[in-house]
Amino acid sequence: MQITVNVNGADYSRDVEARLLLIHFLRDDLGLTGSHWGCDTSNCGACVVWLDDTPVKSCTVLAAMADGHRVRTVEDLAMKGEGAGGGGRLDPIQLGFAECHGLQCGFCTPGMMMTSRWLLDRNPDPSPEEIREALSGQICRCTGYENIVRSVLWASKHRDGTPPSAEADE
Amino acid sequence: MQVPAYVEYEKATSVDHALALLARFGPEARILAGGHSLIPMMKLRLVQPETLIDINGLSELSYVDVAGGELRIGALTRHAQLLDSAVAGQHFAILHDAERVIADPVVRNWGTIGGSLCQADPSEDLSGTFAALKASMIIRGPDGVRTVSAREFHTGPYETVVAPGEMLTEISIAIRPGCGSAYEKVGRRVGDWPIGAAAAVVWLDGAGGPGEGGPGGEKIAEAGLGLTALGARNFAAAEAEEFLRGAPAAEETFAEAGRIAEENCNPVSDQRGPADYKRHLARELTVRALRRASDRARAACRSR
Repeated sequence: MQITVNVNGADYSRDVEARLLLIHFLRDDLGLTGSHWGCDTSNCGACVVWLDDTPVKSCTVLAAMADGHRVRTVEDLAMKGEGAGGGGRLDPIQLGFAECHGLQCGFCTPGMMMTSRWLLDRNPDPSPEEIREALSGQICRCTGYENIVRSVLWASKHRDGTPPSAEADE
Repeated sequence: MQVPAYVEYEKATSVDHALALLARFGPEARILAGGHSLIPMMKLRLVQPETLIDINGLSELSYVDVAGGELRIGALTRHAQLLDSAVAGQHFAILHDAERVIADPVVRNWGTIGGSLCQADPSEDLSGTFAALKASMIIRGPDGVRTVSAREFHTGPYETVVAPGEMLTEISIAIRPGCGSAYEKVGRRVGDWPIGAAAAVVWLDGAGGPGEGGPGGEKIAEAGLGLTALGARNFAAAEAEEFLRGAPAAEETFAEAGRIAEENCNPVSDQRGPADYKRHLARELTVRALRRASDRARAACRSR
C-alpha cells in the first residue's frame, strides 16, 4: 500500500506492506536510525517518536497508521539554523544529557529525550517525581535513572539552550 | 525480530464505513484502534486477522463529555485523554485512579478505552472499573444500536458480546448525586497488569448531611464493587454490594464487605502471585477502595 508520512517536516511516500511497523519504516525505509528498535513489546521505550504531537512507541504502531500524519524523531531535536560547528544548535534536552552524563551506552537515549522534550513542552518546570512519572514507560539499564532525571532538570533550567561550554566561560 | 503476519488493511472514514468494511471482510477482520494490545498479539501470532480496519481517523468516536445526565466516553478516546479529562475526574474520580496505573504515559497516549475493553484481557483494569460504575456499553452493528451493561460485556477471557460485524462505540455512566469512587491496585511493578485490584463506587443517601450515626454514619444507598484479575464473576462483587445497600458508611461495614468479597471471588495462582495472596488482596483492597470512595462521596455531598 502507498503511504505518505511527514517525517521531521518532509513528506515521504513509500509503498509498504500493511504489517510494517513504524520503527522499521523509519530505520529501514527512510534510513533514520536515530530511533532505536529495542524490546519489540512496547515496554522499553527506545523507539519512542512523536506521532503528531504525542510520544508513542513506534514498535507498536503500524507505518500505515502514520499515513497522512506527522512524525517527529530524535533527528529533529536539534534546533534548525545556524549554530556552533555549522550545524543546528542542540536542543536543551540534548545538552542536558551531555552535561549531566544522562547516558552510558546510549541505547535508550533517543526515546528518553523525545519523551522528555514532550514533558518540558507541557510542563516547563517539572519536579523530579514528575520526570520519573513521565519516563516510567522507558527503561535504562546503565544509569539507574538518577542522571537522566538530572539531565531533564538541567534542560528545564536552561530553556534557551545555552551550551554548557559557553556557560562555563561566563 | 517480531513482526505481524501478512495482513490486509483498510482505513475507515466513518462509523458507517467501518461497519460496511466489517460486513465485507467478515469474521476474520478486526478493528484496529490504538493497537497496543492487538499488534503485540499479532507479533506473537496469538491473533492473526486477515484484515485490519483502522478506525484511528474516526474523531467522532473520541470524546469525554456529559450529556443527558450521563458521562459519555467515546470508544476511540485515548487513555491519556480520559486521565486529562476534568469532567471525568469531577464525577468519577475512580477513572483517574485507574488510568493513572494503566501501563505508562507513552502507552496511554495511543491505547484506547474501547480497545482495552474489547481486548478483554482478564486483568484489564477498566473491566473492574466499569463493572463497579455499572456502566453501559453502546454497540453498533448492521441492525442498529444496542446497549449492554458492563457486567454482561465480557463472555470470557479475551471474549466479549461484540459480535462479528459490530463495534463498541461508547461507554456511558449515569451521573447521580452523592457519589464517590476509588480504585486500588497492587502490581508487581509500575505499569504492569494488576496482581489484584478493587474498584468501589458508593452512592450515599440523598439526604446530603450526616446520617443517624453522625459523621461517618451516613447510609450507603447503593454500592458498586468491581474486582480485577481476581476471578470474580462479571468482574463484580455482587454479594458484597448487596450487603452494603442501606449499611452505614463506616469501617466495620467496609471490613465485612471486604470479607464477603474475598469469600466470593475465585482467583487462580499464576506468575503474578498465589491464589491465597490474591484473596487477601480482594479483601484488603475492597476495604481501602470503599474507605476512599466513601470519603469522596461525603466531600461530594458537602459541596452540593
